[in-house]
Amino acid sequence: MGTPDEAQLDRTLVPGTAPELDRTRQLDRTLVPGDEIRLEAPAGTGDLTPELLERPVWTDAMVAAAGIPIMDVPLVTVGGGIGSFVTVDYLRIAGVPASRIRVLSNIDFPWKTYEYLTRVSQIPDEARIRSDSSSRPDNIWGFPSYALTEAWREKSLGHLAHVLGEPIFADYWTPRRSTVFGSMARESRRIGYDGMLVKGVVRMVRRRFGGDYFTILTPPEGTSPTKRVAYRSRFVHLAVGYPGLRYLPDLQDFRERYADYEHVVNAYEPHEHVYETLKARAGTVVLRGGGIVASRVLQRLFDDRERYRLPTNIVHIFRTYVDGAHGPNPWMRRKGDHGWAYQGFNYPKSVWGGQLKAQMRKLDGDERAALYKLMGGTNTPRRRRWQQQMRDGRKGGYYRDMQGVVDKVEPADGGGVVSFVTGNAGHEEIRSDFIIDCTGLEADISQHRVLADLLQHTGAYRNPLGRLEVERHFEVKGTANGDGALYASGATTLGGYFPGVDTFLGLQIAAQEIADDLARRGWCKKLGPARSTSQWLKWCFNRPV
Amino acid sequence: MVPTLLGRIQTRIFLLATVGSALTALITPVLPIPGPLGPAYRTTFIILAAVLVLGIGWELVYHLLMQWRWEKDWPTLFGLVTAVPEGALVWLLLSAHAVPGLHATPPFGAFLADFAVVWIGVWLVANGPMRVPFLRWRFHGGRLA
Repeated sequence: MGTPDEAQLDRTLVPGTAPELDRTRQLDRTLVPGDEIRLEAPAGTGDLTPELLERPVWTDAMVAAAGIPIMDVPLVTVGGGIGSFVTVDYLRIAGVPASRIRVLSNIDFPWKTYEYLTRVSQIPDEARIRSDSSSRPDNIWGFPSYALTEAWREKSLGHLAHVLGEPIFADYWTPRRSTVFGSMARESRRIGYDGMLVKGVVRMVRRRFGGDYFTILTPPEGTSPTKRVAYRSRFVHLAVGYPGLRYLPDLQDFRERYADYEHVVNAYEPHEHVYETLKARAGTVVLRGGGIVASRVLQRLFDDRERYRLPTNIVHIFRTYVDGAHGPNPWMRRKGDHGWAYQGFNYPKSVWGGQLKAQMRKLDGDERAALYKLMGGTNTPRRRRWQQQMRDGRKGGYYRDMQGVVDKVEPADGGGVVSFVTGNAGHEEIRSDFIIDCTGLEADISQHRVLADLLQHTGAYRNPLGRLEVERHFEVKGTANGDGALYASGATTLGGYFPGVDTFLGLQIAAQEIADDLARRGWCKKLGPARSTSQWLKWCFNRPV
Repeated sequence: MVPTLLGRIQTRIFLLATVGSALTALITPVLPIPGPLGPAYRTTFIILAAVLVLGIGWELVYHLLMQWRWEKDWPTLFGLVTAVPEGALVWLLLSAHAVPGLHATPPFGAFLADFAVVWIGVWLVANGPMRVPFLRWRFHGGRLA
C-alpha cells in the first residue's frame, strides 16, 4: 500500500497506528542505523507549507512534497544548553554512539546562555554561583565534587574544611563560575559534543504518521540549500530553557509609555550603565525582588559604595515581605527576616534525592501544587557577607527595606523616576535615579515557539503550575507516538513530579530518568555499576567514552 | 546527604557490611587485643554487628531530628559527629557485658581505634566514592534496592 491520498489521510490519521505507511522508515532502519541519510527531496520551496502548518501529524510524503530535506537520526535534543548537554553526556557515557544523537541548537556551546545570564546578573568570572559542590554538569557521578577538585588544584584543604562545616559553621560552599565552565568545556571535548551539534533554530516538533517525530530546523542563512531541514527521529528531547523574561506590569508600562530603557532596567539584561553613572554622581536606586539576583545586585551596589566611597542610597521594595521564620508547622519552617526568605539553594536540598523528592513523586493535581507553594516562593541564601553589608547599610541609613506594591512609575521632574508605592505603612512616593527589577519573572511557556506549537498540535498539556506536564521519567504527557517518545527537561517542566528541574542537579536527575526509560525501551543499555565505574575512571583520566 | 528513612537504613547496612567488614578485617591484627587472632576477629566483628543493629535504631532518631530541618538534609558534619553518641553507647554496652556473644570487654584503646577507623572509612565512602558504582543512589535518598 502506498501513501494514501490526502482526503483519506485526513479521515484516518491516528498517530502511531499505521504500520503499512511505515515502509520508508523500516527501510531506513535496515540501512545504517544511526547514520544520517539525506533523502532526495522533490521540487518544493523547502519551507513549511500551509498544509504542514495545519496538520498535527505529518507523513514523509507531505514533508518531501514541501521540498524539505529529511535527515534521519534516532534521537535529537533541542536547545543545546546545559539541559541538552547533561542528557547527551549521560547517554554517551551509557554507550550511545555520537552518530545516533544530534543536538539542534542556536548556541555554540552549552553554557553560553548561562554564562551570559550570570555575567549580567552580577556574577564575575571568579565569583561563585549558587550551586552545590556535588552538582556538576560535567560529571554525572558528582564525584569528585567541585570542592575536591578546587582543593586538589590549589593544594589547599580549606575548601574541604568549608564543605565539612557547611551549613552550620560556614555558608554553603559553592563553585567558581570559571570552574564550572572550564570543566564543562573539558567534558564537551571528551564526549565529542561539537560533532553532534547542528546549528540552527528549531521551529517545531510534529508527530510523524506511523511513528517517530519530525523536528523542523531553520539552519543559519547560507548554510543550507533549503530554508528548513527536517530531522526524523524516534526520540526527541526538549531542553529549551526559560521562554523569556517577563517584566513587572508597572515597569513594562513605564518603559513602553516613556520609551525609557535607561532608568528602569531588568537585572537579567545588561545594565552596567547604572553602576557607572553612580560612580560619577550621587544617586538613589530602587531595588525590587527578593531572590538571589537581588542579593547579587545589592552586593554590587554595596561593594561599589565601599570601594569608590560612593554615597549611593538604596531602597529595597519587597512585595512579599518575610519578617521571620515561616511555614505551617515546626517541621516545615523556613528562616527569614528583613523581607527575605532564606534557603541555601533554589529548593530545600531534599528535593534532589531525599524526602521531598520522594513525597512529590507521589502527588498529582492540587496536592502537588500545594506542596510546590509550600516549598516555593522567592528566596536567597543567608550569606554572612551579605548580612553584614545590609546591617551596615541599615545602621548607616543608606539601605532601607520595605514592604510595598508599586502602583505605577512615572518620570520625575528634573530627571529620574518616581515609584508610587502602597505598603503596610501607607502610600509613599519614592524618587530614585534608577529602578532595578530583580524579580526574574518568567514568561509563559507559550511564549516559546516550539512549546506553543507542542501545546497546540502535539497533544502536550500543562501541569498544575502551567508548564509542560511530564511523566516521572520526563516524557511529555500526551505526545507519545508509536514506539517513540518525546521528553522534556529543565525549566519548561517545573511543576512536575520532580521539583528541582531548573538546576544542574535537576537536569542530571532528568537525564538519568530519560536514559533509564530509553534503556527500558531497548534503545540503549542501562548504565550499571561496572560500566559506571569504568566510565568514571575514563572521566578521571580524560579519556574518550 | 539527603536521605530518606529507608535509604538511611539500607546505606548503613550495605556500607557496614562491605566497607566496614573490609576495614575490620584489615585493622583487627594490629589492634591491641590480648590473645590469639581468632577471638580478636570474633570481638571486632561482633562490635561491627552491634554498630549495625543499634544503628538502625539511631537512624530512626536521626530521621526524626531531620524533620526539624527545613532542607530535610543531613549535613556531612552530622554524619561524622554522630560517631560520638553511637560509639559511646556501644562502649557502655560492651562495658556492661550487654553485647550478646562477647563476655570480655576489649581494651578501650583497641575499641576506639577499631570504631574510629570503621566509622571514618564508611563516612568517607558515603560522601563520594559510593556514587561511582551506584550512580542512582544519591537521587534515591540513599536507597540501593
